[in-house]
Amino acid sequence: MSAVEDVVTEAPAVEAVPKRAMTLGTGTSVVVLLLLIAIPLFAKNFVIFQLTQLLYLGLAVLALNILTGGSGQFSLGQSAFYGIGAYVTAVMMEQFNIPYFLCLPVAAVVCFGAGFLFGQPALRLSGVYLALATFALATAMPQLLKLNFLEKWTGGVQGLVVTKPDAPFGLPMSQDMWLYYFTLVVVLAIYIFSVNLLRSRSGRAFMAIRDNEIAASAMGVNVALYKTLAFGVSAAITGVAGGLSAIAVQFVAPDSFTITLAIQLFLGMVVGGVGWLPGSIVGAAFIIFVPNIAEGISKGLSGAVFGVLLFLVIYLVPHGARQVAILGQQLAGKLRKN
Amino acid sequence: MELFTNQVLAGIATGAIYACMALAVVMIYQAIDHLNFAQGEMAMFSTFISWQLMQWGVPYWGAFIIALALSFVGGIAIERILFKPLAKAPVLTNVAGFIALYAIINSSAGLIWDFTIKQYPTPFGSSPFLGSQLISTHQAGMIGVTVLLLIGLYFFFQYTRIGLAMRAAASVPESARLVGINTSWMIALGWGMASAIGAIAGMLIAPVVFLEPNMMGGVLIYGFAAAVLGGLTSPFGAVVGGFLVGIFENLAGTYIPGVGNELKLPIALALIISVLVVKPAGLFGRHIVKRV
Repeated sequence: MSAVEDVVTEAPAVEAVPKRAMTLGTGTSVVVLLLLIAIPLFAKNFVIFQLTQLLYLGLAVLALNILTGGSGQFSLGQSAFYGIGAYVTAVMMEQFNIPYFLCLPVAAVVCFGAGFLFGQPALRLSGVYLALATFALATAMPQLLKLNFLEKWTGGVQGLVVTKPDAPFGLPMSQDMWLYYFTLVVVLAIYIFSVNLLRSRSGRAFMAIRDNEIAASAMGVNVALYKTLAFGVSAAITGVAGGLSAIAVQFVAPDSFTITLAIQLFLGMVVGGVGWLPGSIVGAAFIIFVPNIAEGISKGLSGAVFGVLLFLVIYLVPHGARQVAILGQQLAGKLRKN
Repeated sequence: MELFTNQVLAGIATGAIYACMALAVVMIYQAIDHLNFAQGEMAMFSTFISWQLMQWGVPYWGAFIIALALSFVGGIAIERILFKPLAKAPVLTNVAGFIALYAIINSSAGLIWDFTIKQYPTPFGSSPFLGSQLISTHQAGMIGVTVLLLIGLYFFFQYTRIGLAMRAAASVPESARLVGINTSWMIALGWGMASAIGAIAGMLIAPVVFLEPNMMGGVLIYGFAAAVLGGLTSPFGAVVGGFLVGIFENLAGTYIPGVGNELKLPIALALIISVLVVKPAGLFGRHIVKRV
């Protein structure tokens, strides 16, 4: 091809998901919610801790889902916002003795600002170029957290220990269980917010940009504003997830927020189904439990087993858990007709 | 001024590593339109194969050629077995596949050859090159091989039928199919070539960074950065990008106070992003005009 310029019809990198297909039906939602409320009553503390982990990682995957599945922008930098959220929460709790539930909104605001600002230069980039830019952010974050002049607050390489909050009002609950329900409430609130966001004018703007940026701007969508807004919202939610993780793990250190975390969140999104919000929790389950299962099968080859399991999942359901849900729905529909 | 020239020279020497890797990255990007995250691990595995052959008494160049051939076949096999079934799956699913491949290769290499650091021989020797303390004969040889490879690839793509067919299959698959090009096999061929180029990169890099399963982690990041900086559509750009990244990295480490080794990578990446903000398709990339 000798032409210097190629003209292509822009094909969206992320397939279009209609907004109704992004959520669960009311019936299913209630069942899932009841399960989430009931399970801890019958589980050991360690299991409850793992469920808490499932919830806040699910929240981080959800945030990426809004960015990628909603507005079609790809990010490998989520670990950076997660780290900022965790550090803001930890530093406020430990150095300034501010109660944990007040730290989370602050983490959200700080991360929203960071995401919004980062979204500005990212506007010019798309596809792999955007991936590289966000990747740079992810590799820079642990180093920035280790910087000397921040050490007074962040504890440097050593990190910070966070005290676990007790259940309030003398409720007869273990710390783990209280934290689980606290996390559940936060996650639910943000889930409902996200569903509504995607159904709103802004959500429609995100999806228009995802499906075809040029067409969207021709229709009067302020592309720059909504792209940066998507970055900001996604960063804010990721920040809350990071804050919850700091409280639950009771520890933050720079090396917990490396690119590995961002890759895990990405895998969680793919396994859960890109653009399907409830899938986030399935994806989170995958990234928490499958490595353990792989280790159980073979210690020396755990990485290989994990890779093979991941391949199996993407062969069977290339569209992630969403595909399973759609199949289930169709099956249920058929049964009802018979 | 002498410090500056020295740092630039040292940058060119490390840049040669990145240029090699970037070339492999661009090759596969040309063939399949994705960045292959497992590229570095594939190169590492090829290097281990050649090392194993040398342990068994095969001379360097013999091991080199055999490893190259095996990598070529291996690359095709990976495409046929693992990624052809995913051809119709969404892009992000493919990326997840690359990550899975990364985990599999890394972990298997660790099990077969363990994680201890191994010496790897160089055919060029490691005495100072032309009396300079900063570039060794090995690094000079590496730069030479990279340039030769680039020239070879240029002739392959410009003047051979199969090179033309590969370019056609990558840029307009539908039309290529209509004129009778087997696009599916062109993709496989692209994988094979990328894998072989990666093997060359791995075998040239191994004497510098030493041989171990994680040796490619850092190199691949710089390779990606170099490829993106040069423009993913241009093999020439990738090589130039590789050298530029090497020079950037060294100069940032020397002249910006408080940078040190830890912040070298973020700063190099930040510089690359600033370049991309001005030239979004990379320095030598084709500008693509989009329409609705």
